[in-house]
Amino acid sequence: MKRSYNKTPMPEQAPEIRWNNFEEVALGYDLESGILEASRCLQCKDAPCILKCPVMIGIPGFIKAIKEENIQKAYEIISRYSNLPAICGRVCPQEKQCEMVCRLGQSKKFEPVAIGKLERLVADWALEQPVEKVERTFHKGKVAIVGSGPSGLTAAGDLAKLGYKVVIFEALHTAGGVLTYGIPEFRLPKRIVAKEIERIEALGVTIETNVVVGKTITIEEIQRDFDACYIAVGAGAPHFMGIPGSALNGVYSSSEYLTRINLMHGYQFPTYDTPVQKAAKVAVIGGGNVAMDAARSAKRMGASQVTVIYRRSVEELPARVEEYHHSVEEGIEYSWLTNPVAYLDDGTGKLAGVQCVKMELGEPDASGRRRPVTIPGSEFVIEADVAIEAIGQGSNKVLLATFPELAVNKWGYIDADEETCATNVPGIFAGGDIVTGAATVILAMGAGKLAAKEIDQYVTAKEA
Amino acid sequence: MTEKRKLAEKEYEIWVEAPRVAEKAKPGQFVILRTTAFGERIPLTIVKTDPLSGRVCLIFQVIGKSTAELAALNPNDRLQDFVGPLGMPSEIKNYGTVLLVGGGVGIAALFPIVKGLKEAGNRVITVLGAKTRELVILKEECRAFSDQLIVMTDDGSDGNQGLVTAAMEDVFLRETVDVAWAIGPSVMMKFAAKMAQNYDVPIYVSLNPIMIDGTGMCGGCRVTVADSVKFACVDGPEFLGTEVNWEEFIQRMKQYSREETDSYEAYIRQVNPFGEKKLQQNTDAGTGAGNPVE
Ligand SMILES: Cc1cc2nc3c(=O)[nH]c(=O)nc-3n(C[C@H](O)[C@H](O)[C@H](O)COP(=O)(O)OP(=O)(O)OC[C@H]3O[C@@H](n4cnc5c(N)ncnc54)[C@H](O)[C@@H]3O)c2cc1C
Ligand SMILES: Cc1cc2nc3c(=O)[nH]c(=O)nc-3n(C[C@H](O)[C@H](O)[C@H](O)COP(=O)(O)OP(=O)(O)OC[C@H]3O[C@@H](n4cnc5c(N)ncnc54)[C@H](O)[C@@H]3O)c2cc1C
Ligand code: FES
Repeated sequence: MKRSYNKTPMPEQAPEIRWNNFEEVALGYDLESGILEASRCLQCKDAPCILKCPVMIGIPGFIKAIKEENIQKAYEIISRYSNLPAICGRVCPQEKQCEMVCRLGQSKKFEPVAIGKLERLVADWALEQPVEKVERTFHKGKVAIVGSGPSGLTAAGDLAKLGYKVVIFEALHTAGGVLTYGIPEFRLPKRIVAKEIERIEALGVTIETNVVVGKTITIEEIQRDFDACYIAVGAGAPHFMGIPGSALNGVYSSSEYLTRINLMHGYQFPTYDTPVQKAAKVAVIGGGNVAMDAARSAKRMGASQVTVIYRRSVEELPARVEEYHHSVEEGIEYSWLTNPVAYLDDGTGKLAGVQCVKMELGEPDASGRRRPVTIPGSEFVIEADVAIEAIGQGSNKVLLATFPELAVNKWGYIDADEETCATNVPGIFAGGDIVTGAATVILAMGAGKLAAKEIDQYVTAKEA
Repeated sequence: MTEKRKLAEKEYEIWVEAPRVAEKAKPGQFVILRTTAFGERIPLTIVKTDPLSGRVCLIFQVIGKSTAELAALNPNDRLQDFVGPLGMPSEIKNYGTVLLVGGGVGIAALFPIVKGLKEAGNRVITVLGAKTRELVILKEECRAFSDQLIVMTDDGSDGNQGLVTAAMEDVFLRETVDVAWAIGPSVMMKFAAKMAQNYDVPIYVSLNPIMIDGTGMCGGCRVTVADSVKFACVDGPEFLGTEVNWEEFIQRMKQYSREETDSYEAYIRQVNPFGEKKLQQNTDAGTGAGNPVE
């Protein structure tokens, strides 16, 4: 059979239907399309895709198993490396990782193998299978994990498999970190997140929600009761532009907007009690995945006009291409080379619009991107009754404020060794967004895997 | 939840079993709870703790659907979630003479500070204000830890008739106060802060903006204090009253008034827990201390 040039298409909800609901956009492969896509893989011996994957999944191996219609085997291969494959298959930036170096994709006219979509196929199949609860003995020791985001969950799963009794402490009432409170349902259904977390619990991991480490229990108590601790509290303290009018009603941080919608089910108000302001015109400030998520959520909340305000041009947009395309299909508008300078009051303390200036790209800055500079006299107003700032996060201080011994870097993130996740405090390891700053699910997972390995070595050495 | 007591019209005291919170809580801190899986996360100040039995006491006023639902629970019912203690504790130490002003349900939040400051060796003068006699909660408890207790009611049914700010002024004219606290409705705190400023007395207030996570993650509770943005849940809830941007704070409390009124009315129609004919929706959490007019 001749290889097709393009990826096997995945069915999606039509844009004009999906912008009215919070259901998943991409519907997933069936087995037949999966096998078709799997047979595009060249099965390279040196598999550059594996090296480009932060958790080094045996990609050609699992794809081969799909081709042979052995999904069980494919799942066994993936789960050797990843504890959260259904999540990764949906939200990983594959185009910048495994799929970017795919040999097939390097040859003329060919698109790379749809590795992420195949991963999702296998993982979704596995989630339908009953969970076997293995009785384990936890003979090696006790480890505490702070934060139940992808980093903490991954470390927990690996440590449990190694024979540790693991307790995850989570501040919120539901586990999952950004997977639960940040990334919207239409990209990552919470049912999928819940099921993958269930699988980790089935490994013998205990998750205690509603525990804020530093407040409900202290690090000293953890040091006393556990052999080691992994801190994975994420970034998650919203930055604000700090422009006039930021306190007006209708001005949100993306974290508040998305938390109200995802964690608190604001889109199902009044069935759920937490409201989110419904607006006719919404302005979203920023250009990353978070901005896309906020904009597309606003559309689904019923806004007739959603404008993303980004200070550079489409070429520099940090969001995933796929998400950008999805947003355009859904009618999200973009105001490129635009920077907000003030929020306007409608006279009653509510937002009426965003005062903006036009920008042009000047010399490259430290990040290598051309720096946007204001064009004098270019002020104009974008009407909006809700504005959402999605301009990034700083480090979460709840824990750090109560643990001053822990060394932090100049940005306020934990200063942990990249190779070992070790901090300056013996027995305390850290990783994920709280070390790197806001990054990706898979990098946070990579850190979790590394931490599990290092914690095992640390505890084993200590006992010896 | 182990105990429930009705203190006054729409004011309830509950005790909740939460050993870790009971053990850690300090004056000025709060918890966030949900009554059901559909519920809002509501912040409430920790009024008393009993570390021996692992219990925490909360006092709240029914002002919307979530607090009404909480009031409808009974002993032995389980809360969906309960997390804390959150926020920075009050700075309890020996200042000398302290003036503590509580209004309405704010008295509940003031009480642990009164107790803490007395135990730290201060001379404690406490002013309690409310609309009417039955809304002056925790009077005897406060009296037990105060050198002087002054009660002010709008209708004069208890103590003196008038506003708490008048009582403050009397105290300032009479003696030197080293530091003050005011906790109550925003308008009361705003004017109490002005009064203290007139007499050069530093005054702490406890802000109760709308919160979600309570861990510094969402930024919804942001307030402007001394021209910089603070998150009340992690930097506060106490701030120097003279540094708070009150207009902005009061404005932001109204963010969801429409949605909240709708949901409260729907709830009342459905369960009618108070057998009420007509509804009154407060927009300022914990009113009841007689708001001075500008
Ligand atoms: C809206 C949004 C969309 C995104 N989209 C993508 C995407 O498409 N693809 C991608 O790869 N990445 C995406 N990211 C980034 C990705 O989600 C993060 O990089 C990743 O979740 C970081 O994982 P983490 O485990 O380090 O922390 P988090 O996921 O932030 O989890 C940290 C957890 O720790 C808890 N916690 C904090 N402090 C305490 C404490 N003191 N005690 C107990 N618990 C505590 C928090 O409540 C939280 O649950 C997105 C991020 C956001 C916000
Ligand atoms: C740190 C802190 C401590 C508090 N301590 C007490 C206390 O000890 N006793 C007490 O009676 N009340 C206290 N409150 C206020 C209490 O949380 C609100 O009255 C309650 O959440 C209202 O919920 P509702 O659904 O019944 O009313 P709603 O109908 O939701 O709201 C009515 C009004 O209450 C305010 N409000 C709504 N949601 C919140 C929220 N999540 N946080 C704060 N205010 C809100 C708003 O002004 C709103 O317009 C405290 C608030 C904070 C932030
Ligand atoms: S309540 Fe979310 S930051 Fe304070």
